Amino acid sequence: MSYTLGQEQLDGIEEILQRDLIDVGVRCVFLIDMAGNIIANRDNGKIKHDVYSLAALAAGNFGAVSAMAKIIGEGEFSLLFHKGKKENIHFNKIITEFLLITIFSNDISLGFLRLKVNETVEKVKQVLESVQAS
Amino acid sequence: MAFVNPKKKEVQVKIVYYGPGRGGKTTNLEYIYQKFSSRIKTEMVTIKTHGDRTLFFDFLPFDIGKVNGYDVKIQLYTVPGQVKYNATRRLVLRGVDGIVFVADAMAVRREKNILSLKNLQQNLANYKKSVFKVPIVLQYNKVDLSEQGIPLLPIETMDKDLNSRLKTASFPASALTGTNVVMTMKKIISMTMAAIINELK
Repeated sequence: MSYTLGQEQLDGIEEILQRDLIDVGVRCVFLIDMAGNIIANRDNGKIKHDVYSLAALAAGNFGAVSAMAKIIGEGEFSLLFHKGKKENIHFNKIITEFLLITIFSNDISLGFLRLKVNETVEKVKQVLESVQAS
Repeated sequence: MAFVNPKKKEVQVKIVYYGPGRGGKTTNLEYIYQKFSSRIKTEMVTIKTHGDRTLFFDFLPFDIGKVNGYDVKIQLYTVPGQVKYNATRRLVLRGVDGIVFVADAMAVRREKNILSLKNLQQNLANYKKSVFKVPIVLQYNKVDLSEQGIPLLPIETMDKDLNSRLKTASFPASALTGTNVVMTMKKIISMTMAAIINELK
């Protein structure tokens, strides 16, 4: 798939990620495409992860899980969650081509995070769909 | 296609090393990682099995500086070469911008090279891409083995087998010693960048 995002859309997406996720306590969030490219990322300024490697692995991981879903007769698993001792990762698919990945500590409950991620996904989807339609 | 970020003035380019199993794709990336370690800020990511074979992919991000005012981030990937891992191979090809086909110059691997190139063609078709349109460079790896008396395929034979229709650049190389590894990479980067710039016009 080929797509282009303008400065305006990228600004819009980053603002949504900042306000809806980082400002409520998420450590790091990034929006990637299924090829592993980073479209937007925000963090709380306190951590420095290698986001390019994370994006490549996340796209691969999601692709592998989608292939597993097909084998067992599911269309897809639209969200994934990896739990750690201190850090957790949550993946949520947006339309067919994009993934929203959030990294958060145990200070935030999974339920609250999922609520915020759902809201964010709806907003980001609108921006991305306007791009795809244009 | 490469992702262009007008806000950060950045382009992310995906280059995949493809080819038959045990052909030297990972060794290519390892050589590049060592050679340019001062310029590569992050660790090379590899997902291997216990037998040291690539299970999923290797990943090496690499900054080459600015082109037309944009920071170019080259992302080098390898695929697992073993026939049984086709599903993961196909996943890694998603969104590919340029391909290095690493063929094995050992005479006994002739058939494997041809099959792997056919497999690449099929997997690209899955993304509605053609092996004749995506920038691709051929590398005939393991030429150093001739010193040990191991029978190698003549370059002409490999060209006939793999490059008679592609008609692209090809390099005899040794990923282990580094011969032509950097040349191969430079060639695919320049071809891929030219294709991207052309597409963005």
